[in-house]
Amino acid sequence: MKFLDEYRDAEFARQLAREIHRVTTKPWSIMEVCGGQTHAIVKFGLDELLPKQINLIHGPGCPVCVTAVELIDKALEIAARPNVIFCSFGDMLRVPGSTTDLLSVKASGGDVRIVYSPLDTLKLAEQNPTKEIVFFGVGFETTAPATAMTVYQAAKKNLKNFSLLVSHVLVPPAMEALMSSPNCRVQGFLAAGHVCTVMGFEEYFPIAKKYHVPIVVTGFEPMDILQGVLMVVQQLESGRAEVENQYSRSVRREGNLPAQQLIREVFQIVPRKWRGVGEIPQSGLGLSEAYMAFDAEKKFGVAELRVEEPSECLSGLVLQGQIKPHECPAFGTKCTPEHPLGATMVSSEGACAAYYRYRRHELVEDAADKKS
Amino acid sequence: MSEGKKDFAPACPFPIRNYPQVLLAHGGGGKLMHDLIGKMFLAAFKNPLLETQHDAAVVELTGKKIAFTTDSYVVRPLFFPGGDVGSMAVHGTVNDLAMAGARPLYLSAGFILEEGLPMETLWRVVCSMRDAAKKCGVQIITGDTKVVDKGKGDGLFINTAGIGVVAHEQKIAPQNVESGDVILVSGDLGRHGMAIMAVREGLEFESQIESDSAPVHETVLQLLKAGIEIHCLRDLTRGGLTSALNEISEAVKLTFLVEEKLIPVREDVHAACEILGLDPFQVACEGRFAAFIPARDAERALAVLRAGPNGESACAIGKVSDQRHAKVLLKSLVGVQRVLDMATGEQLPRIC
Amino acid sequence: MSISGEDPLERVGKIDFGGILKQANLAYVPEAKVGDYVIVHVGFAISRLDEDEAQKVFEYLKQMEDLSELKEGGP
Repeated sequence: MKFLDEYRDAEFARQLAREIHRVTTKPWSIMEVCGGQTHAIVKFGLDELLPKQINLIHGPGCPVCVTAVELIDKALEIAARPNVIFCSFGDMLRVPGSTTDLLSVKASGGDVRIVYSPLDTLKLAEQNPTKEIVFFGVGFETTAPATAMTVYQAAKKNLKNFSLLVSHVLVPPAMEALMSSPNCRVQGFLAAGHVCTVMGFEEYFPIAKKYHVPIVVTGFEPMDILQGVLMVVQQLESGRAEVENQYSRSVRREGNLPAQQLIREVFQIVPRKWRGVGEIPQSGLGLSEAYMAFDAEKKFGVAELRVEEPSECLSGLVLQGQIKPHECPAFGTKCTPEHPLGATMVSSEGACAAYYRYRRHELVEDAADKKS
Repeated sequence: MSEGKKDFAPACPFPIRNYPQVLLAHGGGGKLMHDLIGKMFLAAFKNPLLETQHDAAVVELTGKKIAFTTDSYVVRPLFFPGGDVGSMAVHGTVNDLAMAGARPLYLSAGFILEEGLPMETLWRVVCSMRDAAKKCGVQIITGDTKVVDKGKGDGLFINTAGIGVVAHEQKIAPQNVESGDVILVSGDLGRHGMAIMAVREGLEFESQIESDSAPVHETVLQLLKAGIEIHCLRDLTRGGLTSALNEISEAVKLTFLVEEKLIPVREDVHAACEILGLDPFQVACEGRFAAFIPARDAERALAVLRAGPNGESACAIGKVSDQRHAKVLLKSLVGVQRVLDMATGEQLPRIC
Repeated sequence: MSISGEDPLERVGKIDFGGILKQANLAYVPEAKVGDYVIVHVGFAISRLDEDEAQKVFEYLKQMEDLSELKEGGP
């Protein structure tokens, strides 16, 4: 495919890797914020192409992984009700709530459906006037325009049997929260290319300045990631802390204005609880007053549900980049994709799942070698 | 239901007008079932052995070794671009026999029908099986029919068991894989699984990917005829290439090394997988197999594969190393090696 | 590939993904024309690919290569 295959070329990748080796003189810790980037790094083994001094930390870039347990439980509660068609993106189905997950609800008879696009739910609502259609609106700023458009159109069509459980999260507040944590070792960021495609990168200038960290807006293909790393390292080596745009073929400084307009129309900024991290102020999107009629929490009376997060799962520490997946004692033993303890093992973009899938054998062999 | 390109000219001898849908009585053992068998199954699968209508068919086989296999087909939807549950039921079992290097001869066909299944649908499937069997040179000589209550089956399930004759002396099995063997695949991957995905609810692609469902026994027999030493064969069905390689690696406890850039995947299958976030190496095929051939015979084997139907994209994708760990290593497009692990659960909806 | 729809919010395009054709909502890329490349996420095009910018990474690599050749070529 054009604009895809060229960015996976082995020779170009090696060239970029060589250049990174050439300019790196000190150890650096760099965080990538997007789950898609984490996945690409582990799948293509990009971190193995980098010099040992560069430590890639996997950030909370997987929206499925950071959806609060509370919200999953609310989803489960709604999905189990008769007469509800509960719609979600595929990944959410196996994420464990406090006790069960959507897939199990489906197996017990709940009408849970996978949708590719939120607009599909409107069609379902129109085709099933006697049922309640509920959409699980999860995602970063990248997905927010799609959800916004869906709500906007639902309002225009005056749909009475449609509502959504909103769980959108925003990246910049999360980055701030991470940087202001005392244990934070992150020295540079690869910002999420598609989030910035929608939102632009204005919001990152104050962060770069306040914490003196270089931030490079980066794409998802191997070459994008390597070039992004190179640009961050170049800045770090020369003591700069600026915002740069590697993914310029898709990202403009101001972002996508029509999309932002609709987001502002349909949503308002709210505090949001991030699974494994806790509540981060002003880090989420919720429905604005004008569209509150579509809020599933209110409609189904689950707004008051409160849940304690189980402590065995260390996904919070993984999401904050404090530990790597294989450093969690449950990794590969109690916690596997077949029976996950946390969301990072379920989602295809979760760091734990990526490590399990692509790295498990070497990690197990390394551990075995160390013991002998 | 997607329409096949064939026109339904052969009129169904079974009086569909009187019984447009399958009834529980059609599995009851009485006249209705007798009529269904006689006027639909026997009429389509025409052969003397079937016509004896005995509880068991008796055949005489030359040769000492007989290959025997069985498989059930529960695909949803029943009809898809490039095939249907009927043709799959024939090809799939024929191919299992082929993986032992056998010449497939006879199949059984057990039907579990759901009450309410349109007779027209059943007839289409039966005709498809008839045509597939003819092309493969096999006869369907015995069978069974059951009907279950509405809501207890997905319309139609088929089980086919097959027997074939093994006329060669080679031992084709995972245990015979040796280090140095070359790993070949008989064609490009993933077409069947993605064709199914394309028809299922909610995943609409407008351009058609056709299933690769097809028999492979002639190609295998050609390999044997050419005197090529074959260490192992495995058809790439559920779980795709990844499962097949991992299973064999587990069985023989040797590490396999394959290269991503050598594994053939057609552009549209690749694109469909990208869009859905699926791994083409885990997607099922229904007319593709992997072959483990000693290095000295690999070139000739590849030539035979390429000469076969759908064989243009056959190629070598890797080799068996001498490391005694059961695992499959993949060298990615950017040159880094990583483990190609088995999928954990169901990546796709029911596809075979 | 083709664009249809009068209402700017429901403007929909047929996108060619390497041989697969699928529809995507184009409301957020009003400037997109047939023949343009777009980034699509959950059924919505969120940006138009700037082909000049897309080439830049390859130009950069070429520059790096030329530079390293020069260095190796030196005494």
